Parts: sequence; C-alpha cells; structure tokens
Amino acid sequence: MLNYLLRRLGQSAVTVLLVTLIIFVIIRLIGDPTHLMLPPEATEADRQLLRVQMGLDRPIVVQYGMYLLDLLRADLGVSYRFSRAALGVVIEALGPTLILTTSALLLAVVIGIPLGVLSAVRRDGPVDQFAKIFAVMGQAAPPFLFSLLYIKLFSIHLGWFPTGGYGRVSNLILPMLALGWYSAAGIMRLTRSSMIEVLDSEYIKLARIKGVPQRAIVYRHALRNALLPVITFTALQFGILMGGAVSVEFVFAWPGVGRLMLDSISNLDYTVVQAAVTIGALLFTTINLIVDVIYAMIDPRIRYA
Amino acid sequence: MPDVIHDEAPLVVTRRPAEPRLPTATGAGRGRRLMLAQLWVASFIAILLVAVSLLPQVFAPYDPAEISLSDTLQPPSAAHLLGTDQLGRDVLSRVIHGTRISLFVAFCAVLLAGVGGGLFGIAAGYLGGVVDSVVMRLADIQLALPAVILAMILVGAIGFSIFNLIVVLSLANWARFARVTRSEALTLRQRDFVLLARLAGASRLRIMLRHIVPNVINTFIVLATLDVGIIIILEATLSFLGLGVQPPTPSWGSLIADGRGYLETAWWICAFPGLVLMVAVLSANLLGDALRDRLSPTLPRAW
Amino acid sequence: MTVIEPILEARNLTTMLRGRAGVVTAVDNVSLSVYPGRTLALVGESGSGKSITCLSMLGLLPSSGKLVAGEVLFKGRDLAKLSQRELEDIRGREIGMILQDAMTSLNPLFTIGYQIEEVFRYHQGIRDRRELRRRAVEVLEKVKIPAAAERLDSYPFQFSGGMRQRVSIAINVALSPDLLICDEPTTALDVTVQLQILRLLGELQRQNNMAVVFVTHDLHMAAQFCDDVAIMYGGRVVESGPIREVFDNPVHPYTVGLLGALPTLENFGRRLVAIPGQQPALSTIPTGCRFAARCPSAMDQCREQYPDWFEWNGGSRRVACWRTEERLHAAMARAPAEVEHE
Repeated sequence: MLNYLLRRLGQSAVTVLLVTLIIFVIIRLIGDPTHLMLPPEATEADRQLLRVQMGLDRPIVVQYGMYLLDLLRADLGVSYRFSRAALGVVIEALGPTLILTTSALLLAVVIGIPLGVLSAVRRDGPVDQFAKIFAVMGQAAPPFLFSLLYIKLFSIHLGWFPTGGYGRVSNLILPMLALGWYSAAGIMRLTRSSMIEVLDSEYIKLARIKGVPQRAIVYRHALRNALLPVITFTALQFGILMGGAVSVEFVFAWPGVGRLMLDSISNLDYTVVQAAVTIGALLFTTINLIVDVIYAMIDPRIRYA
Repeated sequence: MPDVIHDEAPLVVTRRPAEPRLPTATGAGRGRRLMLAQLWVASFIAILLVAVSLLPQVFAPYDPAEISLSDTLQPPSAAHLLGTDQLGRDVLSRVIHGTRISLFVAFCAVLLAGVGGGLFGIAAGYLGGVVDSVVMRLADIQLALPAVILAMILVGAIGFSIFNLIVVLSLANWARFARVTRSEALTLRQRDFVLLARLAGASRLRIMLRHIVPNVINTFIVLATLDVGIIIILEATLSFLGLGVQPPTPSWGSLIADGRGYLETAWWICAFPGLVLMVAVLSANLLGDALRDRLSPTLPRAW
Repeated sequence: MTVIEPILEARNLTTMLRGRAGVVTAVDNVSLSVYPGRTLALVGESGSGKSITCLSMLGLLPSSGKLVAGEVLFKGRDLAKLSQRELEDIRGREIGMILQDAMTSLNPLFTIGYQIEEVFRYHQGIRDRRELRRRAVEVLEKVKIPAAAERLDSYPFQFSGGMRQRVSIAINVALSPDLLICDEPTTALDVTVQLQILRLLGELQRQNNMAVVFVTHDLHMAAQFCDDVAIMYGGRVVESGPIREVFDNPVHPYTVGLLGALPTLENFGRRLVAIPGQQPALSTIPTGCRFAARCPSAMDQCREQYPDWFEWNGGSRRVACWRTEERLHAAMARAPAEVEHE
C-alpha cells in the first residue's frame, strides 16, 4: 500500500513538473511582457534593462530552473496587471472557483450515482428511460449555453435568481446547475454501465446462489465494485469542471480563476496564468492522490499489493 | 434407480411426440426499434447539417455579412425566418454559414487529433519501452490540463486563426485516441497474425501499418464520431469566449456570444445557433453510441 | 423396482436469450430428474444450453434471459412460480450451485470469512460475530482448508484457484443443501486439483445424501463420478438414462459420436473419430433434428421433423432419434455375441 502510494506520488510529481514545463514554454511564446509593463514611449534600452532585471535574457532552461527554485519558496512571480504576488491573486480567485466546482461536482455525484444505480437495476423501466434522456441532454450542450438558457428562463422571465454576481447562495444555484449537469450525465452513464456489468458477474451470481436478499446484492455486493471506476472518473471530472468553469464564470461574472485567466491571457499577464496553471496542476494531482487512497481503502487488491 | 437388465425382460419401447418448440418473438424488440429509429434520426440530421454547410449559398437566403441598419433586432418573420441581429444581419444565414465553419473546424480537428493520437497510441502500444513511456506521459499531461484551459493558453501563444484553432483543438484532444489505440495495439501484438508477420520478417513499421491499423479502424471510427460532439462543444466554448473563430466570421460559439447581450430583448440571436449546436452534438453522440454498439465490442456498450 | 421420488424434476424448461442476433431459444423443452444421493451428469458441447438450464432452474438468468415455459418441481414446489423472496430463502439453504470459474466467483472486495458468514447471517439470522466466525471456520474445515481460522480474514485474490473453489463449495454446503448443482466446477483448475475437488464433492455428497447435477463436457469424468446422464445438443436433451447403460449402449448418433471421439484405453493408438461439422448456432437452428446436418445416418425425415421421444425401461431410458427402434434391434441382435465373448 505504501509502495503503491509512493509510486503514484512519484508519477504525479513528474506530471506536475512536465505540466509546468510545458506551460512555461508556451507562455514564453506568447509575447514579450516588457511591452506591457513599460509605457509605450520607453526606449529599447529601458526594455533591455527590465529584461535583464527579470532574467528574461537568459536561456529558457535557466529561466525554468529559476522558476522551479522560486516555486519551492512559494514565489510564483509578480502580476504586471495587479503589481503584487501572482500567487495571492490566484488564491483569492481560487475560493470562488472551488465553491463553484465542488458544489457542481457534489450535485453531479448526488444525482449521477443514485440515478445510475436505479436505472441499472430496473433496466428499460421508466427511471432508466428518464435517465437516458437526462444523460443525452446533459452531454449535448456546453455549460455556457445552459448558463444563457437558465438566465433567460430563471432570471429574466421568472426572476427567481440573479443573472450573475457572487456572495449569496442564490448566486450559486444557476452556475452550479449549468456546470454540474454535464458531469452528472457522465457519472450517471458510467455508474449505470459499470453496475450492469457487475450485476452480471460471477460473484454476484454466487451471492444470489447463497440467497443474499436483492437489496444487499445491489447495495453491498454490487455497488461497491461498480463504484471503483466511477471514483476514478469523478476525479477526472474535477479537471473537466475546472475547464467548464471558465465559461460559466465568464457568463455569471463569477470572480473565479477561470475569469482571472481569461483576463490575464488577453492582457499578457503571464505570471498569473502560469501561477494559476501551476496551482491547478497541484490541486488536480492532490485530488488524484486522495482518490488513490480512497481506492486502496475500498480495494484490498491494492491495499495488500 | 436400480439398473434394469434389459436382455431378460422384453424390450418395450414407447413413443411420445416431441414437445414443439415455442415460437421466438420475431423481429426487433421495442428497445431495438427505438435504437434503430435513433440511428436514422441522428444520421438524417448529420447529413442535413453537412449538406447545408457544403452548399450554404443554396440554403442561406441572405449574405451573412450584409448589414442592414434599418432591420436591426427583428423577431422571426416571413422575411427573416429566424430574425435579425443587432446589425440587421439575417440570423438564419449566419447560422448556416456558422454551421459551415464550426463543422469544418470540428471535422479537421477530430481528424488531426484522431490520426495523430491514434498513430502515437499504436506506436506506444506496439513498440513499448521508451516510446510508450513518453507518449503516455504526454497523454497524462493533456488529461491533467483541462481542455478549455490548455486551448486557451495555446491560442494565446500562437494567435488567432482558423488553422491555429484546429491545431489547438487537436492538441487538447488527442490523448483519448492514444490511450484506446494503445491498449488495442497491446492486445493485437500478441495475436497470431502479428507473430506470423514478424516471423516472416516484416518490418515494425509495416506490421503497424498493415496489421495493427486495419484492426483498430472500427474503434477509431467510434471514438472519432463521439469526439465530434466533444470538439464541437470545445470549439463553441472557445469561440464564445472570444478565443476561437473571430468575428465577423460566424461560428456557433461566436454567434451565441453576439446575442449574449440581447437575451432579454432579442432571444433569437442566441437561441437558434444554440439549438443547432445542441442538435448537432446530440446527433453526433447518438450516432457514436449506435456505432459503438455495432462496430466495437471492446468499448463498453453505450446504453 | 423401488420407486424413489426425484427431489428435483424439471419439465419442459424453455429459456430464451436476447442477444445481438435477436432472440434465441437457448433451452428448448428440457426435462430432467434428479434423485437424492445420485449424481446426474449434464453433458454437451459448450453452447448446448447446459449452464443456462441450471441457471433457469434457480431463477438466476442474466438480465438478457427469460424462462418462458416449464416447471421446476423441487420437493413438490414449482420454483418457477416462486417469488424472488421465496427463492432467496431456498437458494443457499436447500439448493447450492458451484460455478465454473473459481477465479471470478468470489467478490474481490470482501473477506473470505464475510462471504461465508453471509450464509448464516441471511438464512439463520445469526448476528453474533463470534458465533458467525466459529461456524465459518467449521465450514472451511469441512472443505479441508488448512489453518481455516487464519484464512478467514484473507481476500479472494490471496487464494489459488483450487482454494477459491473450495471456499465456494464451503459457501454452498454450509447449510447442508439437498441439491447441489455443479457447473463444470473443475474446468478452470489444474488436473491434480481437479481430482481433489471431485473427491471432496463426492465425500460431501455421501455425508448428506445430496442430489447432485454435474455439468460437464468431460465424458470420462461423468462416467467416473455420475449415476445418470442427460446428453444435450442445440438446447435439447437428445438422450438420457443411467450412465452405464447409456455409455455401454448409446443409441443417439450424437452420443455414439461423442463416445467415439473419446480417447480410452481400448482405442488408444487408433484414430479418434471426431464428429464432423459444428453445432448449429442457436439463431439458425433447423426445424428438424438439430444434429441432422452432422449425423452419419440422417434421413429425410430427420431434416424435416424433430424426432419423437422413444422410451423404454419404464421411461428411465429416453432417446430423441427417429432410428431408435432400428438401432435397438440391431444392438439386441449383436448382444449374444458380446456375452459369449466375456
């Protein structure tokens, strides 16, 4: 178990490192930030001075090394736009994004798993038919389209919820629904197919032979096995939700990381973009590690291997 | 039962008619008929959309770029079936031309991501070793970075153009293809016909192209069809955010972005491109699911 | 002739399966009788419907299958008419079933102990941890698992195939059922382990006077361990009776072919006569005799009409072949010569 976790930790570390490297290279391609930081009337000599100050004149490998060293000291550079630590800027925006994505994910899990189980147990029944429509619709449109639809319907026509903003629960409902449906559909489909596969397995057959009651078959024997792939998938959904959050935050004027990145990219504020992606990758990796622990807790084959 | 020694007793054979076989319910079941209907509807919509985007001049009643300031924000009417936008442009014509652009981008991106990712995956699975580790690590990175964010950063880096957009979308979407083809290649390399080809001295490149590729083609088709929906959504998101197809060129995403400010007064600007987008993704997904059930026994069944 | 009532009598079981090719009749009017203390061999090629027959009897068909007709009389009750709840009560207590693939028939996420204890938990309502454990150890000892008490907390993946099959047997015989169905219980195991498992099953059968249905495609094994036999082909039973009689005097050409294709000491060194051709796919089953296409002595009638049942010895021998009488007379004519030979 410890070996397993250490190996996964190593793999994650490599992934994070490579993600930062790739982002680093891409961002260096975006453009010369000195154009943005200095007034237009600044001379080329001024610019050069700034580049030397910032280390931008050194080879990219050296720059990356410096970046990594800074990273270890939790120094992710200074935002040109805000003139303060990029890390602080990102962390401020991280709160709202985490609220949005975790509530959407929670919604997706709370709807997706029970619906998937029910439709697998009563195949082709009314619940299954409903679940199918639910899944097909949820995966048919990007979150931003649902956002607009909800605004038109629930804000403009019915006036139940505000069209945007941040701070109250009523602000959260529409973005959460817009973001969560897509994931709920995916989680539901996977739960359903995984459950169907498990229910037709040999060990479920043996459990039935033993005379285990139907309820215990479904909720003790089958569900536990069926959830294994769903757990991995749910962790992946977190990344997908982070991506979806960009457009949803944009539509609802939600002060999260997605909107921050959008603004930072158009303003060439690359330290912020870089900081955001680095934090995002760390977060994503941490979540995956937690999932690995949960996995090991459920599955003895990993726990004792 | 005690055995009976039959040569002492006279052998009496009785005869009973065989039980007749019960008739099986012939024809397709309800579920299957529904599935087929789904397939037909999905194919019809897909063909319609492709036809419209191949011949926009035939279907579009107006020039999509023609501004008419006397006709701004007209609701749907006989003259403008889907209404007009804030610059008096015909929404129907813009949706038709937008469909052309969005589908073109989506098809190219799926093809590029699919072929690229597929070949990487086959090479990783068949060659193994360093190639495998490198490809899979790269795939991990793509999967660790949300597609929208990766595409966002990439577009920022290489600038806006349709061609760049296609490249970016495929860079954010190849890993799925690589993973699936890799695992198929891993199983295929153990199969007899591959071993035979190896014994016959075929080169590794030849084996991959002649023996592995034809065997993953079905899976590839299924994955690609399902990916069309995903790419359409991604492209629309980027264009909606202003990072994809740039105005005045219409695409589903940018058309929706155009109408965003008029949700209250002129809902049709957003609604119709949104509806077509949904229908397109829906038909791609349904088609993909139906193909998956038919062509690829290795992928889990859809429904 | 003492009349012993069968403990299980299946009558005209018909099961349909829904597959990619449409609906097929996987089990077609199958009737079987199983007697206390005796073992019935259910013999046939894979795809002949043996396993589906067993699953149909216990109400364990996969979601794609349905028992559309027939009765399963077990101790006078028709299992096919019982509710889910009533079946659950009978399964595991009065009827057990051992599955083919020992590697996958235990739940990977629960300990061996828990999976055995469940039998007592659900059938006898025992909740006391220590009592459950004590009983589980007892059962594991019954199937000769060494250091039983220490193995209770192991997980299936820590066991070998043979050990897992023992655990699965332990689960099934924990409450001393009257009927045990064994669906090719040794096919997935090593040859040496096969024998151990078979001996264990035989021992358990004698202890409880259990009736056993033994599904197999191995005729040697059937001849060695079983009392009666039913031969299945294309979803139908084509010949049945006491195993010695059937194997000594096979009547149905399929049985004859199977026995001819069997390596024995007598025909060692001679060429084995394999039955030419293949079993028809269930979706393309012919109207006449299922075996006609491969049968060396098929007539036009065989291809047109499914054969009637021919029964003798008070119905204990049954054959579904149009040429039964012809063959029996030929066998009787030959018989004296064979007797003289001995």
